[in-house]
Amino acid sequence: MNDRLIGRAGFLGLLGVGTAGLFYGRNVQDFVGRVVPKQLQAIVPTDGWRIYTIGDSVPNISPVSYRLAVGGMVDGPRTFTLDDLKALKRVEQISTFHCVTGWIVNNVHWAGFRIKDLLDEVKPHAGATAIRFVSAEPGYDDSLTLDQAMLGDVLLAYEMDGGPLPRPHGAPLRLVIPDMYGYKNVKWITRIELLPKPTAGYWEQHGYDVNAWVGRSNGNGPSA
Amino acid sequence: MGPVPEAVTTRPGYVRRFTVTERIVHWTHATAFFALLATGLVLYLPSLSVWISRRNLVKNIHIWTAVAWAVALVAVFVVGNRRALRDSWREVEALDRDDRRWLVGGKAKQGRFNAGQKVNVILTVAFAVLFAVSGFFLWLGERNTTYRLDGAVPLHDALMFASLLLLVGHLYLAVIHPSTRHALRGITRGDVREDWAKKQHSKWVNPDQ
Ligand code: HEM
Ligand code: HEM
Repeated sequence: MNDRLIGRAGFLGLLGVGTAGLFYGRNVQDFVGRVVPKQLQAIVPTDGWRIYTIGDSVPNISPVSYRLAVGGMVDGPRTFTLDDLKALKRVEQISTFHCVTGWIVNNVHWAGFRIKDLLDEVKPHAGATAIRFVSAEPGYDDSLTLDQAMLGDVLLAYEMDGGPLPRPHGAPLRLVIPDMYGYKNVKWITRIELLPKPTAGYWEQHGYDVNAWVGRSNGNGPSA
Repeated sequence: MGPVPEAVTTRPGYVRRFTVTERIVHWTHATAFFALLATGLVLYLPSLSVWISRRNLVKNIHIWTAVAWAVALVAVFVVGNRRALRDSWREVEALDRDDRRWLVGGKAKQGRFNAGQKVNVILTVAFAVLFAVSGFFLWLGERNTTYRLDGAVPLHDALMFASLLLLVGHLYLAVIHPSTRHALRGITRGDVREDWAKKQHSKWVNPDQ
């Protein structure tokens, strides 16, 4: 046998396996995530998260001076302190976080409140059908229909994995909508507005789907 | 099997190990690799992302470094000594019986490249291609979701971990390990001591010379 074939085959084989990885790498990663014990996975120096920001800095908001302004089509626009928000009925949930780029964090433990309980405080107009979340990150916002915002596992979170929501994850307040990709899960929320219809958020203006259902949008099947 | 180039004496007691072209390819690749690794880790590790916090800037540096890396390698290939690169690649691809024995832990005489180095070259070149392909789709997928491939991030990450492991071993052998670190002279100045080459790469340097 020609010795050179060995090296050539190895080289081309690597390219083949790598190219297959472009399409199936996610499945391999999910599989590894299931079979490798958590302690062993901990040697990888990330917990699965990537910190995505669009600006030049990660917002640094003091929980004491933090104010959430809720306005738009409501009878009683007002601002809330973090303590006001924590006085709303507390809910906890464990859900999976999906990024549109393909990474997933399983079993994230969130605590916060349902959007309905917040809206009860400001009395939305009958014609309001959408809700917009504005981030402290300049230029970043996104919106949901009210129907989407009322899904049973949507919450505004101020705690994550048993502690206060960390700064990279949107402290002090972020949106959690597990059925939609991460870019809908606005971080560092400082303003909420009720609107007649959803507006295109930051990533939607860059071509991403408005209805960012996990597995059914952004090239993964038809958008709902 | 292609002809194995004879070792050429550069000055008394020294033989040529790498042509200028090969050395430029090595250091171009290494420099770009370190820049891509550093910026890539800032994109990847939450603590670094928060510390540096200018994600767009870091991402642009990462992507433009990749472009510069590709352009530089193509340029070296066009104006450099293509024959030297081709001959070296042929040597690398040929994993002969001695190499195979060496790889499974046996003792065997080695040529200009030992079997470990051959495997290292093959892995490094394949990884470079795959880094570029997966990186290209990461870039494209952000601009057009039709080309967003689920495996691009896992593949790019896996390549990063694999090449990091290779690099640790490579740097140990290149700068620390006593019997191999003389190679550093070869990759910087081009030639190595003949007696070292005879010992390390006995099939390469004619023992009767
Ligand atoms: C031609 C070569 C390369 C290209 C075109 C490329 C391109 C990219 C792009 C477009 C991203 C995505 C940034 C984002 O949207 O978040 C990225 C991320 C990254 N790159 Fe590269 N890259 C290349 C080589 C490398 C190399 C050599 C390394 C490390 C040794 C590396 C390490 C990383 C890491 C760690 C990330 C973060 C991935 C993650 O978020 O999981 N890249 N690269
Ligand atoms: C400061 C960093 C580096 C040093 C000091 C270094 C040193 C060396 C030396 C001394 C050799 C020649 C070995 C011989 O005589 O055959 C070599 C070859 C090589 N280097 Fe590096 N290198 C560095 C970075 C890198 C990086 C970052 C890569 C790739 C990611 C790389 C890939 C290779 C490959 C593929 C070879 C040829 C095969 C081998 O010798 O294993 N090097 N390097």
